[in-house]
Amino acid sequence: MAKKVNDELLHDHNNDGIDRRGFLKCMAWAGTGALCVMQGGVLKSYSLSRMSDLGAAAATTGELSFVQISDSHMGFNKPANPDVAGTLKAAVDKINALSTPPQFLLHTGDISHLSKPEEFDNVDQILKGTGKEVHFVPGEHDVLNDDGAQFRERYAKSSKGAGWYSFDQKGVHFIGLVNVMNLKAGGLGTLGHEQLEWLEDDVKHLKHSTPIVVFAHIPLWSVYPEWGWGTEDSAQALAYLKKFGSVTVLNGHIHQIMQKVEGNVTFHTAASTAFPQPQPGKADSPGPMKVPAEQLRGILGITDVNYVRGQHALAVVDSSLA
Amino acid sequence: MRRSVRILGLAVAVVVGLAAFATRPRFFAAAAQQAQPANAEVKIDNFSFGPASLTVAAGTTVTWINRDDIPHTVVSEDKLFKSRVLDTDEKFSFTFAKPGTFGYFCSLHPKMTGKVVVQ
Repeated sequence: MAKKVNDELLHDHNNDGIDRRGFLKCMAWAGTGALCVMQGGVLKSYSLSRMSDLGAAAATTGELSFVQISDSHMGFNKPANPDVAGTLKAAVDKINALSTPPQFLLHTGDISHLSKPEEFDNVDQILKGTGKEVHFVPGEHDVLNDDGAQFRERYAKSSKGAGWYSFDQKGVHFIGLVNVMNLKAGGLGTLGHEQLEWLEDDVKHLKHSTPIVVFAHIPLWSVYPEWGWGTEDSAQALAYLKKFGSVTVLNGHIHQIMQKVEGNVTFHTAASTAFPQPQPGKADSPGPMKVPAEQLRGILGITDVNYVRGQHALAVVDSSLA
Repeated sequence: MRRSVRILGLAVAVVVGLAAFATRPRFFAAAAQQAQPANAEVKIDNFSFGPASLTVAAGTTVTWINRDDIPHTVVSEDKLFKSRVLDTDEKFSFTFAKPGTFGYFCSLHPKMTGKVVVQ
């Protein structure tokens, strides 16, 4: 008899809203990590503690494996985490210990806390410990005082506009977007007309079967607009990606793991390597959350993404730094 | 001759009267304000500006001070002023010379908005 599965989630693709119960359950796993596999249009999500029960469904080996890290905030030194360099190093150790070594890393922004050259230098130095190439998109903390000139000089020299670009790896098309520039009073993240036009053109000639991975700092779905956790014109960007069978959107910014499936699109936010932020509406403001020191590494983390050709989607595994 | 003495007397009385007026506290207060312009402060904390709406007289210098543990900026909606990023306990000041309503926001967290009403 099959073992009773208590912590398996099923997201119905025909239901466009968030499965509230499942959503909260995924949140609760932020401390232990979660594995998400999409098969036949259904996203299944498992607690990492049950990995051994999964067998073939886990699909931890495939053509392409990469890791997403986010929100390093190098330079932050407040009580929520006085040692962000230490926790970034712990993330590097975690990456180096993965059973399937990733081909490369994605960093979804807020590399630095105050856009200071020494903060970027420090992150670069620590990430060298992985020996992997890193593809960056900026967070709002990386474009302070200079409209992102330093960011582009360091990380996106051959990019377009404010720093957006795309590249291909093993048949998967990766798109790095910038939604932290020219923000308007009272508004959310913004992609802007020029970037949207570029995106439309960038994906125009791709086959519908090409797996797409979009990565950007601020969530491209409306997580909690009251705190600015969303992007004004993301609907237009997603409209250009409608024709593709598999779209994975990876974001940071909110310092906690959340996921949602909407049609062909799986949205995922990564944990920060620096400090946690409260769940939407669970505090007066989205400021850094102070947790007991021994719990901190349990809610910081990295995201490992695995692509298996022929499968409908990418497997997304979150691991804490603990 | 007698008439001109009376006019002179009146003129003296007017001058004395003006001098007496000048010694009144209200007049002094106005003079002091002119010499030392007014100041006002807006505190940034918990991802908000306090007070969110501040009313001041023209010529007032407003100072924003960041008491939050996250950096913020102060950027005028009509590009009148723009601070550099303010880390915890850093300040930014701007003197409002002309009357009007001036909306501003934090360019890192644009949900944070405020206004200065200059009378």
